[in-house]
Amino acid sequence: MLKTFSLGGIHPPENKLSARKGLKDLPLPKMVTIPVSQHIGAPAKILVKRGEEVKVGQLIAESAGFISANIYASVSGKVKKIDQVVDASGYRKESIVISVEGDEWLDTIDRSDILNKTIELSPQEIIDKVAEAGIVGLGGATFPAHVKLMVPPGKKAEVLIVNGVECEPYLTSDHQLMLERGEQVIVGVQIVLKALGIDKAIIGIENNKEDAIKHLRMITKNHPNIKICPLKVQYPQGGEKQLIKATIDKEVPSGALPIEVGAVVQNVATIFAIYEAVQKNKPLISRIVTVTGKSFSNPSNWRCRIGIPISHLIEQAGGLPEDTEKVISGGPMMGKALTNLDAPITKGTSGVLLIRSLEARRKEMQNCIRCCKCVRVCPMGLEPYLLMQLTERNYHDRLEKEDVMDCIECGSCSYTCPSYRPLLDYIRIGKKDVGQIMRSRKK
Amino acid sequence: MNQFVISPSPHIHSGDSVQKNMYRVLFALIPAFLVSALFFGWDTWIVTAIAVLGCVITEYVIQVYLMKVPTTIMDGSALLTGVLLAFNLPGNLAWWIILLGAIFAIAVGKMSFGGLGSNVFNPALVGRVFLLISFPAQMTSWPRPKMFNWTDVDAGTGATPLELVKQASKEGNVDQFTDSVGMIFNMISGDVGGSLGEVSALALIVGGAYLIWKKVITWHIPVAILGTVIVFTSILYFYDPTRYVDPFFHVFSGGLMLGTIFMATDYATSPMTYKGMIIYGVGIGVITVLIRVFGSYPEGVSFAILIMNAVTPLINVYMKPQRFAQPLKTV
Repeated sequence: MLKTFSLGGIHPPENKLSARKGLKDLPLPKMVTIPVSQHIGAPAKILVKRGEEVKVGQLIAESAGFISANIYASVSGKVKKIDQVVDASGYRKESIVISVEGDEWLDTIDRSDILNKTIELSPQEIIDKVAEAGIVGLGGATFPAHVKLMVPPGKKAEVLIVNGVECEPYLTSDHQLMLERGEQVIVGVQIVLKALGIDKAIIGIENNKEDAIKHLRMITKNHPNIKICPLKVQYPQGGEKQLIKATIDKEVPSGALPIEVGAVVQNVATIFAIYEAVQKNKPLISRIVTVTGKSFSNPSNWRCRIGIPISHLIEQAGGLPEDTEKVISGGPMMGKALTNLDAPITKGTSGVLLIRSLEARRKEMQNCIRCCKCVRVCPMGLEPYLLMQLTERNYHDRLEKEDVMDCIECGSCSYTCPSYRPLLDYIRIGKKDVGQIMRSRKK
Repeated sequence: MNQFVISPSPHIHSGDSVQKNMYRVLFALIPAFLVSALFFGWDTWIVTAIAVLGCVITEYVIQVYLMKVPTTIMDGSALLTGVLLAFNLPGNLAWWIILLGAIFAIAVGKMSFGGLGSNVFNPALVGRVFLLISFPAQMTSWPRPKMFNWTDVDAGTGATPLELVKQASKEGNVDQFTDSVGMIFNMISGDVGGSLGEVSALALIVGGAYLIWKKVITWHIPVAILGTVIVFTSILYFYDPTRYVDPFFHVFSGGLMLGTIFMATDYATSPMTYKGMIIYGVGIGVITVLIRVFGSYPEGVSFAILIMNAVTPLINVYMKPQRFAQPLKTV
């Protein structure tokens, strides 16, 4: 029996069309747009001026607080302007637009592919390095990575859980990373273990990536402290709380962080970025992005510099199919629909999904038939149908009592509903309102 | 520039739909229908046709002419109510009584609450119980099964197994049924008197297995009901076998299988959580046996389900699903 989480879950068609397509470097466009807010927390403070020359790896915007992240130039060239640009979230964000000239890197960055296994930095130096490199959670949450490495006083880290689950349908970027950069990921795991002062790590991978499981098992043969844990293919296996439940059988209490049960969770892509920052002195200027879709000619995985317009990626990879009616940044379950294809690839962009007109539109909502399928699939044990009803009626007290804030917004309820009810849309509204009320109460 | 569709996540759907669920239940009723047609001949076809037409037309008329909303008759739910109502009626019922039952089922049982999903009581059972109370004589005269003898119009009527037991119970000689393997066999195959669709336990179980396999229903409600009936009647049986018939007889007789698999599991009128479903099922089991054994009606499944339907909203309030981890205790 494969390990999995305990409550709910769904199994959407996997559609991993781009699986095992080797990583390629995306050619540089003429212009990149780098938003200063690509993470959760305060937007970074811009350090460059219009007309200034920048090199690859140069700090162009500085972290503005504890929960914030540095931003680096991903290309060399001239700062063309500093402007408000609509990014993947649909909001205007302050961004640095750089016109690309050549590809000149700072000398301090080690660009070789040689695997560097010796970890020279001390734990504190590692954490500083991760913070300096502007690394955020690359699984999509974009929470600054160094914050998770600093265990709050009174708490104790026991195990590092590496998220290589990639439970979103279509996406394969983490899969390809584990196949092609497995050694680096394992060194990265050791770096993070050293920073945390612990020596137990578990890498959770969904069982549809057997080659990655085998590959990592082979590399970790001599590392008994790093366990590869195959997991049942079940969405949302990669949800933080679900992954912790599946791998170490502990439940993170409502409203608490994983450290409460002694776990630190990092995505494999984040781990790889940490490896590059610590061993190669390379800040976070690129990431792996899957570009895929049912009628897309070339579903594939690319190494993309941050700030490249999504339209450039689509064009270089195979061109936008005629019948595309919806473009998603991220996976089909939790990704965001794009208004503007020129939105840049940011630190949190794990994939670009082109959806055919056939599947782009939602069907019309019908009456709730109380089949309770939403209750059955909810991985948090909530009652989506009830949360939707309560949100419609603005019963905020009841919503709070029914644990609306526990919702992880995985979308399993809306996916399952036979009446096509937009359960998650309503729950998001309910969460927002209740969250505001709870915060105002604390003040 | 391209105009793209914008919507919040998730961007894919399982493809499940109300229609799919309804038509799967209808599909699961086919074996029972065929067995019924085998034993009751054209009566099965005629009663079902009248009930279905009555339900579908009533829903259409109410939605289009009264509520002035798009009609939902294509979703299969009115069709299903019609079939289930027919399955709960004796085969020799007059056409206008059937029609009355169908109109009442949809108009009062379903549409007055707001249509599909909003009804508190199972519409087909509302229709049946309405007829049972309004036309007690017609509703309890059961035509004998006339297998391969469909042209014999005057096959006559007879009592259902439960009616026979009820009678015998008063005389204290119920044990005559206990060793009657033939009677149990007849009840499983369907060669007994009773409502059109309830006679064959086997055909109904086949349909139920299909529904569980297709994940239209879960095992919780059927198992809770049958388990309760078995436990409760076993206790009675061991207490005094001359007055109480054995549990097998109870399980395979009357409308229990039909009610358990197809009526109690109705989405709109059953609880939303597993815990709730178990309580609901146990409640139906207990009330069914109480009515059958101690009540004045020989059969109590319909009443049991309707009573527990009424309790369902309360069950939903108190029976919460297992949450993921309990909240942190604030010290």
